[in-house]
Amino acid sequence: MTYLAKPKLHHPKLVANALGYTRRDYEGSVSTLCAGCGHDSISAAIVQAIYDLALPPHRIAKLSGIGCSSKTPDYFLGASHGFNSVHGRMPSVLTGANLANRELIYIGVSGDGDSASIGIGQFAHVMRRNVNMLYMVENNGVYGLTKGQFSATADKGSKSKKGATNSDEAIDMVSLAIQMGASFVARSFSGDKEQLVPLVKAAISHPGAAFIDCISPCVAFNNHVGSTKSFDYVRAHNDAVNKLDFITGRTEITANYAPGTVTEVQQHDGSWIRLRKTAEDYDPRDRRNVMSYLEESRAAGEISTGLLYLAAGDEADDLHARMNTLDRPLNQLDTADLVPGSKVLDKLNASLR
Amino acid sequence: MQPTNVGNPDYFHKVVDCQWACPAHTPVPEYIRLISAGRYSDAYVVNWWSNVFPGVLGRTCDRPCEPACRRGRVEEEPVAICRLKRVAADYKDDITHRLPTAPAQRNGKRIALIGAGPASLTVARDLAPLGYEVVLYDQDKQGGGMIRTQIPKFRLPEAVIDEEVGYITNIGNIETRYGKRIDSLKSVLAENYDAVFVGTGAPRGRDLDVPGRKEAAAHIHIGIDWLASVSFGHTDKIGKRVIVLGGGNTAMDCCRSSKRLGGEEVTVVVRSGFEEMKASPWEKEDAMHEGIPILNYLVPKQVLHENGKLTGMVFEKVKAEYDDKGRRNLVHAGEPDVTIPCDNVLVAIGQENSFPWIEKDAGLEFDKWGMPVVDPATFQSTNPRVFFGGDSAFGPKNIIWAVAHGHEAAVSIDKFCHGENIAQRPAPQVVMKSQKMGIHEWSYDNEISNDLRYKVPLKEKEIALKNIKIEVELGFDPKLGFAEAQRCLNCDVQTVFAAKLCIECDACVDICPVDCITFTPDGAEAEVRQRLSAPAINPTQELYVQDGLKTGRLMVKDEDVCLHCGLCAERCPTGAWDMQKFLLETTKAGAACRSH
Repeated sequence: MTYLAKPKLHHPKLVANALGYTRRDYEGSVSTLCAGCGHDSISAAIVQAIYDLALPPHRIAKLSGIGCSSKTPDYFLGASHGFNSVHGRMPSVLTGANLANRELIYIGVSGDGDSASIGIGQFAHVMRRNVNMLYMVENNGVYGLTKGQFSATADKGSKSKKGATNSDEAIDMVSLAIQMGASFVARSFSGDKEQLVPLVKAAISHPGAAFIDCISPCVAFNNHVGSTKSFDYVRAHNDAVNKLDFITGRTEITANYAPGTVTEVQQHDGSWIRLRKTAEDYDPRDRRNVMSYLEESRAAGEISTGLLYLAAGDEADDLHARMNTLDRPLNQLDTADLVPGSKVLDKLNASLR
Repeated sequence: MQPTNVGNPDYFHKVVDCQWACPAHTPVPEYIRLISAGRYSDAYVVNWWSNVFPGVLGRTCDRPCEPACRRGRVEEEPVAICRLKRVAADYKDDITHRLPTAPAQRNGKRIALIGAGPASLTVARDLAPLGYEVVLYDQDKQGGGMIRTQIPKFRLPEAVIDEEVGYITNIGNIETRYGKRIDSLKSVLAENYDAVFVGTGAPRGRDLDVPGRKEAAAHIHIGIDWLASVSFGHTDKIGKRVIVLGGGNTAMDCCRSSKRLGGEEVTVVVRSGFEEMKASPWEKEDAMHEGIPILNYLVPKQVLHENGKLTGMVFEKVKAEYDDKGRRNLVHAGEPDVTIPCDNVLVAIGQENSFPWIEKDAGLEFDKWGMPVVDPATFQSTNPRVFFGGDSAFGPKNIIWAVAHGHEAAVSIDKFCHGENIAQRPAPQVVMKSQKMGIHEWSYDNEISNDLRYKVPLKEKEIALKNIKIEVELGFDPKLGFAEAQRCLNCDVQTVFAAKLCIECDACVDICPVDCITFTPDGAEAEVRQRLSAPAINPTQELYVQDGLKTGRLMVKDEDVCLHCGLCAERCPTGAWDMQKFLLETTKAGAACRSH
């Protein structure tokens, strides 16, 4: 935590994006989290991604629940819309907002307590409905605001700062999201922006539920020996299945890759994701294969990161596509649209006879 | 890349751009903080030990610190360092009790100082408190040298000179032999001084050689001689139409003085381009503000006169052309000559050294340009007993260089008189001290002011131009001085990194407002500079490199635009970053400069 706001003076060579904004323009107010918190790095990654995508801040809505992670939307995109909801209830608020206005870009920010404990029911349903959003879980495995009790994502056998061993099974948010039907599922690490920033960019451009489980060490309560969510442990056990480049237009591949190691995937909005495989035979589009890989990797004590799953075909259709809603946002419909008159009603009735 | 050796005092010294650029290495941020705290006397004393003439320099310094100031790279203009020095001088209390006095017991060594300008006075200031018996010679009746004779009183009131020269001569053990011109170095050496210091400046103004110069001589004056004559009150008026030739600071003083002594149409004429003029930008601005046009690319061709009376000057219009090697030549522009009518011409086209009083057989070597052969580090001539400093050593510079020379020459003389090797120069004295007081508390104010540079208030032009003794700059008042002082970035409070404490959480990278910090794999410097968070394109600013991180990466910090706001240290969870004040003082004459 710092008392001083970040000075307005900036690097003299700061570059503006296509909208004329610099990266500094996408920052929020000063963070009140502990110094060194992984969450602040995730905020910085989101700022970098939105700046790179040159998105207008007023077209973005940030929603969150309760907890350290849920405080962070205040610390990025200061000129965007924000909604700080009830504990674990961000998914339903986000779903409602998305139904009412499909034109905004939705970023849901949550934590392991907010999504894996009190909000696990809402989490499951927002994924199975494939609501178009980026859902970011800032996962540190502890309840930081109440001084470091194990959360539901703490690995069995890991140790708390005071030395207690966790005897319960961990909820794997990635497996859960895939099972529930999220169409874009990734895991990353707050200490690796080279991986995280392109993932955030791809997730924001993905037209469906894009889930990122971002391991974010709690420097105050979960960065010790025996923790499986510390900077050192994650760095030592990071198994990146692929490296991802996000590209808005399809540019020629100039680098030399070994044959069969690069896959290009086009998303509905026309953007391209270029995946460079680092794990042999890993295909993020084959759900059964993905699930078994994740299970093997977990048994081996590794933390799989990268773009882990990307749905194909019908599975990728988002909530609006499935409900066949209008392209126009529902909140823009006026009385004439909603009360079309008796002639239209007569015609409808006639069609049902 | 090699990890930075922060044990070398030059490394952090270079980060304090102002102090590094200052010839005397005055600890600028240190005294600016004292001004912010309202501790004007303390700020003055910090200055006094370092540059000897804070009140004079706060009005007249050539300020090499300001173009170097980091604020000028992250915002539009540098901190007004020079005029803040004046704030300390203007608002201090009586500080005489804090100044050194000569010891009752002398050390038995006698030193002659020839010329009582800033270089000699600095030597006297450094040596008299050590017990030396100092004899100070000057041809004028008062001390100060060019400070008194060449700087117009509307820029530097006499009282300021008297005060600061007095602080030195009142130390004791200094005998002033004013009003006595030295005509022979040998006669001085014959008086058995242990060392002789020559600080006689560059006293000869360069003359003009064009047709008509001799015939109209009565109305044409050499700039520095004319300024001295004005300074001593021998000259108190000039013709209505004045041409000042030359583009240096002396020319600016000549034209502004003319404007105050009856000159109505005063014109500055320079041979080359306006941009290439040697005068400091602010001195040009001050002249133009007083309604004095500066005409460029005009080469003097002829002086017009009638019956011994000057009537005007003819100039050839030229333009600049560059040859293959980028050298500039002034060639005829193909335009008609320009004639400017005038009543007086002041020639301020340069100064030269002149040593007619040094005999050929005095044991000193001179180079082919007639300059004494002087060692650039020790200031010793080829006669081991004779030292030089100020303009007389290496040609015309300015006051702050003269002070710096004086300090170094005093070190040499002190070592020489103690039989030590003067080529061994003392290292500077450096203190590094953490500024951390609490979790978010530092013993310096790390909040960055967004204010733009404040202008120094001026006397109304109508009043200022009427009297040559009225000081034209009013100086900052305490309120403006505080606001300007707050613009200082405290570049002496250094970011110090301890790799063994770092957990590579990126908190410092994320918070840095100017993208200074990068954790990155090793590589060649030129290539690493390109892939930092923000490319480090200023090669004159070093990279701070530290290894020893768990991931094997390097911490690379570009010092170029660091605001020294300390947010990296505030966001660091392990204290791997610390803010430490770097206080460097050059070692002056005395026990600290000697090995025994």
